[in-house]
Amino acid sequence: MLTKRTGLKLATAFAALMITGTAHAAEKLRLLTWADYAPKEVVDQFTKETGIEVEITLSNNEEMISKLRATQGAGFDLVQPSQDRIAGPQTEFGIYKPLDLSKLKSDLFIASMLEATKKNTTIDGKVYGVPHIWGTDGLIVNTKLAPKVADYNDLCDPALAGKTSFRSKRPALIAFAFANGMDPFASYGDAKAYAAMMDKVGAKLAECKKTVKFFWDGKDQLLNALRSGEVVAAMAWDTGGWKLNTESADIKFIAPKSGALGWVDTFAIPAKGRNDDAAYKWINFNMRPEIAAKVAAAAGNFTASNGADKLMQGKLKDQFAESFPKAAIDNIKWYPAVPAGIEEIEGKVLDRLKAGS
Amino acid sequence: MSRKPAQSLTLFLLLAPAVLWLGVLIVLPHVEILVLSFSERVAPRVYAFGFGNYLEFFTEPLYWRTFARTAIMSILVTAITLVLAFPIALYIARVAQGRMKAMLLLLCLLPFWVSELVRTLGWMMLLRETGVISYMLQAIGVTDQRTEFLYNDGAVILGLVYGGLLFMIVPLANALESLDPSVVEAGFDLGGSRWTVLRRIVIPHAMPGIVAGSIIVFMLTVGNFATPVLLGGKNGLWFTEQIYAQFITRFNWPQGAAFGMLLLLLSSAIVWAGLRLTGQSLGTTLKQA
Amino acid sequence: MAHSSDLDLVNVVKRFGTHAAVNDVNFSVAPGEFFSILGPSGCGKTTLMRMIAGFEHPTSGDIRIRGQSMIGVPANKRPVNMVFQSLALFPMMSVGENVAYGLTCRGVSRAEAEERASRMLERVGLKGFGERRVTALSGGQRQRVAIARCLVLEPTLVLLDEPLGALDLKLREHMKIELKQLQATFNTTFAYITHDQSEALVMSDRIAVMNQGRFEQVGSPRELYHNPATPFVASFVGETNKWQGEAASASAGGIAVRLPSGTVIQGQGKVAEKASLAFVRPEAVALAQDSSALSSLPNKFEGRVSAVLFDGANSSLLIDTAGFETPVRAVLPQAGPLAGIQVGAPIHVGWTADAMKVFAA
Repeated sequence: MLTKRTGLKLATAFAALMITGTAHAAEKLRLLTWADYAPKEVVDQFTKETGIEVEITLSNNEEMISKLRATQGAGFDLVQPSQDRIAGPQTEFGIYKPLDLSKLKSDLFIASMLEATKKNTTIDGKVYGVPHIWGTDGLIVNTKLAPKVADYNDLCDPALAGKTSFRSKRPALIAFAFANGMDPFASYGDAKAYAAMMDKVGAKLAECKKTVKFFWDGKDQLLNALRSGEVVAAMAWDTGGWKLNTESADIKFIAPKSGALGWVDTFAIPAKGRNDDAAYKWINFNMRPEIAAKVAAAAGNFTASNGADKLMQGKLKDQFAESFPKAAIDNIKWYPAVPAGIEEIEGKVLDRLKAGS
Repeated sequence: MSRKPAQSLTLFLLLAPAVLWLGVLIVLPHVEILVLSFSERVAPRVYAFGFGNYLEFFTEPLYWRTFARTAIMSILVTAITLVLAFPIALYIARVAQGRMKAMLLLLCLLPFWVSELVRTLGWMMLLRETGVISYMLQAIGVTDQRTEFLYNDGAVILGLVYGGLLFMIVPLANALESLDPSVVEAGFDLGGSRWTVLRRIVIPHAMPGIVAGSIIVFMLTVGNFATPVLLGGKNGLWFTEQIYAQFITRFNWPQGAAFGMLLLLLSSAIVWAGLRLTGQSLGTTLKQA
Repeated sequence: MAHSSDLDLVNVVKRFGTHAAVNDVNFSVAPGEFFSILGPSGCGKTTLMRMIAGFEHPTSGDIRIRGQSMIGVPANKRPVNMVFQSLALFPMMSVGENVAYGLTCRGVSRAEAEERASRMLERVGLKGFGERRVTALSGGQRQRVAIARCLVLEPTLVLLDEPLGALDLKLREHMKIELKQLQATFNTTFAYITHDQSEALVMSDRIAVMNQGRFEQVGSPRELYHNPATPFVASFVGETNKWQGEAASASAGGIAVRLPSGTVIQGQGKVAEKASLAFVRPEAVALAQDSSALSSLPNKFEGRVSAVLFDGANSSLLIDTAGFETPVRAVLPQAGPLAGIQVGAPIHVGWTADAMKVFAA
């Protein structure tokens, strides 16, 4: 019988075969990222400047980690998971390699954000991630049809029955924990306390489910439902809210009373990346203010590039200002690194939420 | 009986690609999954052999209830598909001739030229609150408000039946086509009513096709992912979603692998029970399919 | 009240598009009669039978069973049962279930149906076969099951659609006799269709010869054989010699035909046109080694044996005869002086004017 190890070797050999089979002569950067993070204009400019071709694969946090785990960190040269999803998976699966900070121009980053991200992604004194794009999770509200929505708990208002939505994913658990007076981040280290807390949140969400139309999955699905008025209030990313706000002034992104959830997407290098030089070049290129401003405009989010904000267009700035008064900015809850095992606890709560009728 | 070595070498060479194909693409991954399903996480990057992942399925009601729900709905979908497909297959096999027959089969095949995802999105367009059906009902005055048809078990069943129809029609039509028309006429001639002829002659004759179609549709349905995810509501969890969740969002591969093996075993057990219940053997059924 | 006939067809027409498959057919079948419809394939006999069974509907005309019109009566409500060409036994049922099927359709209880089915099987010589699969039976046994399945319902009329077609020759010969005996035992009216004139002749009380949608002649086998009404019947029923010629002169009841070679032969018949056909049965051709034995016959010729077709009692000779384009066929008796005749031997042939039927071509 085949052992797991030889099986994996076979699979890897197979994968290697496929890759070499399709390899081009030109130098190439294989980038695993989110939608809109690598607009064509920026990619073309990079290729022109460096001669390196960029091959883009779109994904999300969970799939990025799963993909890398399947190959033990091979197949891509640069990935962009959120900063809280680096330390845990790295401890568990060893899918990233430490960054050589000397190859990065640190003055291109907003210093405080760089420091915070480094701190969250450090294991055994080695740094695994640097910040790129950041944004928040909050509420997208049709202020005409649901004027009273101001916090996550308002999504459970019976008056809005069948017209609200959130994702049945971990941000919903975190958000509703804060909204109901709990601090989940404080319990990250204590699995037992965290499980008890999540059970409470689960019960709250089960109650809330009556008013939910669907648990949204794809961003476009949610935005369409908000446009048509099928959904009037939802927990979602700020960028979607501002996009809709541009189309219809009634729809706004609101920082919830209990705090928006702040996330930072990073640059990290997979354990078996084959073109680290190109990866560092891409990072430095992307953090240049004029490039970062273009990417931020395409993604509709903000960038960790120092000075890019001055180059950004007025509309998004205004929208940000409207959504985030000073107090709301201070109230943003930034995700700390997710310790291993937390997802297990959350997963079960979410499964029950979806299965129980 | 002994064969000349040259002959057996030829045979071996002829079979080698098929065996390699089966081995590398089907057997090997399953062996991997099986091995994986018996490993339990002890600490980061440390795994030990154990049955915990299987125990988890039986001790956590969430999981086996999800499976039971998936299985029962799949059986329901199979039954509805059968009832809908039978008259269509009967028409294709016994009434339609020549071009008409080819066209009808093509018509059944047509939806499969686009991917399952696109088909499902099509249903979403029709069923959503601001969709075509809701709009038409309002337009003709049946309802005065928008109606949501999406995100419930009915929508899931509808989508799955639609997806399974072809796989039921083809084996059924095949089975019905081989029925000698004079046998049906004899059934009438000897005094049988339409119902008697259907029940005592047509259905027993089509039984291998019915069983083959049902197995295919049941297996496709139980293992479906996109349709229940997209059309299903906040209350429905398909077992495949559970597997996906374990693998992708939970990073718990051993648990996902155990669920995968359980899905294979339990759905095979249901098929086996179905075969026993209808007194069919897998051999005759496979011939039909 | 018993009706004088079990089946009456009145001016039945069946058209498929412009083609008339059955064209104005009339006939009656008496109770207990074995009635055959004989015709080449494509003559419309199957369509006719399917109309009687109720699977096709006449374009016009009426079909009556015991005086009751069957127009609009579905197949499963007619007191008629059919033995199909393929037999159409139900492969998904046992022999007993096949026979009991019709009874259970009528609402007879399961137990009684089984009981009656097994008694019927006994009568057709299949005692104890009830549990067998139909696929495990021989051709003849399957035949009997198909008939038993009909007879158990005690129908007014049993229709048989060339049921012997699929059997090998030996079995076919045997089944001919068996069918006739079964029909006699049960005294049920049989309507039998076939393209095999020997089957029709052996079994039937009466035969209708059908051609191109019409009945050419209806009569007993003997009538058809000896007094065919049309050239089609004359050539289709039984072996015959056939010559083309011109009607030369007619006298009281007799007619002379001039063959293309100029030879004139004497026969019987009424011909309005010049072109005519003459038929003589092989057994009506007298053979002799010297001409004096045939001196009383109006038709006598000299020929030479071109082939000896030995077939036991059915043996015949082909005789090249001056004046005839094709050899004359004659029955060769297997006793007497000619029994050992060889190819090439000279021989005299002759026949009476009565034996030769002349029709307009």
